[in-house]
Amino acid sequence: MSVPADNAPASRQAGVHEESRPSLAALLIDPSFWADWASVVGLVGLVILFGVTSPVFLTVANMQAMLLAAAILVVLSIGQTFVVATSGIDLSLAASVMLGAVILGLGNAAGLGIFAACVLAVLATSAIGLMNGVLITAGRIPDFVVTLGTLSGITGLGLILSGGEPTMVGSTFLLKLASGYLGPFGYPVWVAIAAVLVAHVALYHTRFGVHLLATGGQAESASALGIRTNRVKIAAYTISGFCAGIASILLVARIGSAEPQINTSLLLNSVAAVVLGSVSLFGGRASILGPAIGALMLTALVNGLTLLSVSAFYQPLAVGVIVVLAALIMRYQK
Amino acid sequence: MSTVNHIAPSEAILACQGLSKHFGGIRAFTDVGFQARRGEVTAVIGDNGAGKSTLIRCLVGVHVPDGGTIYFDGRQHPFSNPDEARKSGIETVHQNLALIDELTVAQNLFLNREIVRRIGPFALLDRKAMKEQARAMLSRLSINVPSVTQRVRRLSGGQRQAISICRAAGSGAKLVVMDEPTAALGVQETANVEALIRKLREQGVSVILISHNFDQVRRLSDQIWVMRAGKMVATVRSSETTGNELVAMVTGAA
Repeated sequence: MSVPADNAPASRQAGVHEESRPSLAALLIDPSFWADWASVVGLVGLVILFGVTSPVFLTVANMQAMLLAAAILVVLSIGQTFVVATSGIDLSLAASVMLGAVILGLGNAAGLGIFAACVLAVLATSAIGLMNGVLITAGRIPDFVVTLGTLSGITGLGLILSGGEPTMVGSTFLLKLASGYLGPFGYPVWVAIAAVLVAHVALYHTRFGVHLLATGGQAESASALGIRTNRVKIAAYTISGFCAGIASILLVARIGSAEPQINTSLLLNSVAAVVLGSVSLFGGRASILGPAIGALMLTALVNGLTLLSVSAFYQPLAVGVIVVLAALIMRYQK
Repeated sequence: MSTVNHIAPSEAILACQGLSKHFGGIRAFTDVGFQARRGEVTAVIGDNGAGKSTLIRCLVGVHVPDGGTIYFDGRQHPFSNPDEARKSGIETVHQNLALIDELTVAQNLFLNREIVRRIGPFALLDRKAMKEQARAMLSRLSINVPSVTQRVRRLSGGQRQAISICRAAGSGAKLVVMDEPTAALGVQETANVEALIRKLREQGVSVILISHNFDQVRRLSDQIWVMRAGKMVATVRSSETTGNELVAMVTGAA
């Protein structure tokens, strides 16, 4: 900037203006801008596309339904984000949701109060996360092997416990949770918003958050500085398990029963949302809003395709294409 | 064994006697005596495999020595891990294990000693205070970086090394240990880091410097210790020696 800093305010404003304009133009041709904002750009693009092509898409009712449908995935993506930030991955996430749901259903059927059954489900999924973390750090086994094993193990456990049969959960508390509204949003949406806020503060405003990113970035350097990287990783997997527990409550509330069938698209979409949210899969770099918006975007995609009566068979294909594209753009991240 | 014991213990910030370390059947060093004076730059030189790095790692608690005693700040002080050493006031600038690329300059400077504000039961980072103090730390050592909120990934090798040293010194360390601090740097960057080391000494911080560069050692240090094949073979005042003499001591030609 050639304008001296001690000029009159008017000319200083002009100077600022001069400086910011080319940077905006430069921003739009800079691939790293698109990489950082992939999920937002994608969401806006989809909203415009579906808003134009489907008369129903932009209605308040559809928006509310979409947010409700996105709540579970948002919560799961947050859990996955904490793990991916440590350069790990939690493949057992969707299986944990299923086991949490089964435990919730069976606990309730066995006479536990609905509240106690929910707490039990969250404790169980958190314990699974803790176990993942301990096996990965103390057992020195690669993360995807451990969580793949856990995926299979707890899927089997869910089937054994439930006998492969769904358990009906007739609870007014869960019914209210699923269908109640506070202001413009349903309760599950508020749960997701609360999860986003808490996770954001934990990641950006606590020592744990910095240590998490340091562990994911360069674990050896972090531990040379006295950060207990193993504990940080175990905490990340436990958080992931905790999120799976919250998601299992939302899921049981939504469908009214505990299904021992594992929902594989939840796992893939949780990883996809994290990738779309420009969280580095190599660890050390993360945000919470990014994956949350990524989860919204994936839900909008499925919702819009359904409204356009595109066969459900095309949805996994669309999700796959978008995720790989997002990962490609990610290479240009600064 | 020409190890000289002419320094009074109270003058030494860090000293050891009869120190030995073996890895299985392989002897890293035996019966080493060494002293670093308070407020001085003490250099340890030697050929590859002479045992310098292992000795330093024993002194700062990375390895536990097999035998011998270590004194730090006048007290017998065997450190069982680097954390203990750090808490007692020894900071180490590692050759490769230095900074976290994805974190900012300020986050790196305060890594694992973050400033927090207590709000009820929660402790939240005081990012503003950390940024301000980071700026102050950097300017005290005349280190130039574009911004303390910049990610370290985008800095040059010299800037990164300067920040590592700043972090080590900034914690109020009594002794900063540096392992080949200029090994990967260009000429200008090396000069900057050397200026930084002088600045540390001016501010009363003791420094132990491991280096291969004999000219650098003579420029920077007050006392030079020479290791050869797992033994401490000589020590000289830097002002009383020449490059040729150092080469002779390191290679054993003298």
